[in-house]
Amino acid sequence: MERIYLDNNATTLVDPAVREAMDPFYCHMYGNPNSLHSFGIEVRPYLHRAMEQLYRGIEADDEDDIIINSCATEGNNTVIMGMYFSLLKETRKKRIVTTQLEHPSIREACRFLEAQGVKVTYLAPNRDGLITAEMVAEVVSDKTALVSVMWANNETGLIQPMKEISDVCRERGVYLHTDAVQTIGKVKVSVKEVPVDFLTFSAHKFHGPKGVGGLYLRKGVVLPPLLHGGEQMGGHRAGTVDVAGMVAMGKAMELAVSALEYENREVRRLRDKLEDALLQHKDVMVVGDRNLRTPNTVYVSIRGVEGEAMIWDLNQHGIAASTGSACASESLEASPILTAIGADRELAHTGVRLSLSRFTTETEIDFTIGVIDKAIVRLRQLSTSY
Amino acid sequence: MAKNDLIGGSLWEQYSKKVSERMNNPQHFGELTEAEAELMGGRLVIANEGAESCGDTVRLYWIVEDDSEVIRAATFKSFGCGTAIASTDMMAEMCIGKTVDEATKITNLDVERALRDTEDQAAVPPQKMHCSVMAYEVIKQAAAIYRNVDVSTLADKDIVCECARVSLQTIEDAIRINDLTSVEEIVDYTKAGAFCKSCIRPGGHEKRELYLVDILARVREEIELERNPQAKTEDDFAQLSIIKKLRAIEAVLDSDIRPVLARDGGGIELDDLTVDADGITHIAIQYKGACKGCAGSVAGTLSFVQHSLQTRLGDSLRVQVV
Repeated sequence: MERIYLDNNATTLVDPAVREAMDPFYCHMYGNPNSLHSFGIEVRPYLHRAMEQLYRGIEADDEDDIIINSCATEGNNTVIMGMYFSLLKETRKKRIVTTQLEHPSIREACRFLEAQGVKVTYLAPNRDGLITAEMVAEVVSDKTALVSVMWANNETGLIQPMKEISDVCRERGVYLHTDAVQTIGKVKVSVKEVPVDFLTFSAHKFHGPKGVGGLYLRKGVVLPPLLHGGEQMGGHRAGTVDVAGMVAMGKAMELAVSALEYENREVRRLRDKLEDALLQHKDVMVVGDRNLRTPNTVYVSIRGVEGEAMIWDLNQHGIAASTGSACASESLEASPILTAIGADRELAHTGVRLSLSRFTTETEIDFTIGVIDKAIVRLRQLSTSY
Repeated sequence: MAKNDLIGGSLWEQYSKKVSERMNNPQHFGELTEAEAELMGGRLVIANEGAESCGDTVRLYWIVEDDSEVIRAATFKSFGCGTAIASTDMMAEMCIGKTVDEATKITNLDVERALRDTEDQAAVPPQKMHCSVMAYEVIKQAAAIYRNVDVSTLADKDIVCECARVSLQTIEDAIRINDLTSVEEIVDYTKAGAFCKSCIRPGGHEKRELYLVDILARVREEIELERNPQAKTEDDFAQLSIIKKLRAIEAVLDSDIRPVLARDGGGIELDDLTVDADGITHIAIQYKGACKGCAGSVAGTLSFVQHSLQTRLGDSLRVQVV
């Protein structure tokens, strides 16, 4: 059976060109870039090139830093824990402002700091699923050390008004972090246009490999490292850099940025086609205005059809999607993000997320539409509630 | 934590083949009508269970033969995930040919067992057990309707978890039938506490009359006493020397406590022991492994540890975490 992957917000296919770029660094150019000898020296130009690609990708200034690490979870923890040691612990800035929409690596890191006496405000989104600059302005005070707002949400694809939020933070002199994991390669990410202080991303969300990510630090920002014990990354992150991973991430970034136009036109068209087909059914709703979402994501609620049952049926036909249904989570809890956007309990149990990529084809979307149509009929026949 | 726990389990990987097959092709779904009942010379019974607002719901249809009280036909409808559909399908099948009284004896465990591929391999992962619990409860509901008794006389009065409508009786049954020892297991089996969590322990979102931690402690005590009526040796314990006290505590840790914590990848070590002027023995414990830093370890787990020690060694013992 040909399989169809519509779970690209979870992870993505490594672009064959990325795979090719990283290949030489396993069996041929396997030197440690910190070594003095030729094995070390020969890999360094590739790292420089990867850095160029990454800096260009997010329009970072040469004076800024992009720390290569293992993933966005590490980056997010580095920011939260680093802020604890640089500001929250000793100074009178004792507060973090974040949102109820964040990834667990922000949410749980903040919870951990709450136990250390840090005060954390978790902003609830408005009915459209958005965190507005006004909401941030309302709670930021001179006691706030950091604001952390996810740029685009993994479940709904909703894009937050980062520019406006960054204006508020600059005006108030508060550090701003954004988790841009779901944004790179979906919409333009420029730290020049949207001046954040910290930005985190993960290669495997934009057709790079798993296990490598990046943390952007604006020039002049002080942040102690999470990992100590080496001079790599200018002392910001100890540990031998994953050479192949870094080269791959550079290449993946370059490709993702150059594919933005395609993403916004073609991926969006396919996503909209799928979404329109879903909305043909009665009692189907989609979360969030499609123009405010990343072009690849649709989060749909089909009345009477439990989310896990739907992705089960899709999987039976080789289609991969995901659900925020309470039933499918380890804890039987509805996704906190759906709860935060005020989803009623039915939505919390019926939600299915379909996320496309630039590798998704029209044939795949057409096939998926057919399978979903049949699954809706079958599962509604079984359902007590439809 | 251990080798097999580090890469977390995938839900679907843990479903038996029978569960998958019944999810894909349920054999007994659909409705039964009055006309069909009449044709078969029986009575139509329709029972609903679960609250959709809290997740899964199931509706059970029976045609019960007039004189014999034998269930001649059973079908269902369900708003639920794969395991809910599969276990309800199996439950409906198990009802057919049984009398109403026989059917009420079918438990969720029977349903789960019938869905296993092999005898010693569970048909569903623990957190999916609640789906079969619902299948069991809808039978009770149907029987109550058939007997024309108020459902509350058969079903349960004290609702402990409002979100999931789980009663005290259901929780007590789940603890006893499945020999549950932690609040987490109660949540897995009954879905009580899975939503707003108010009913797990005091201090939650909403004030409740009954909390899972207290129910668990009480039922465990009853179970231990039933199993080992001689267990209490409290009079002796207070008289023991420090060394013997230490040994007695270690023995209880080994027999009653460590095996339970190990199931969740945790452990426990004795750190200190002092006896105060009132003859109360204070022991300090240290958590290991998964228990360390676990939110439950200072609440539910601690009360379980203290309770287990007190059951075996007497009430003159207090436990604190270092």
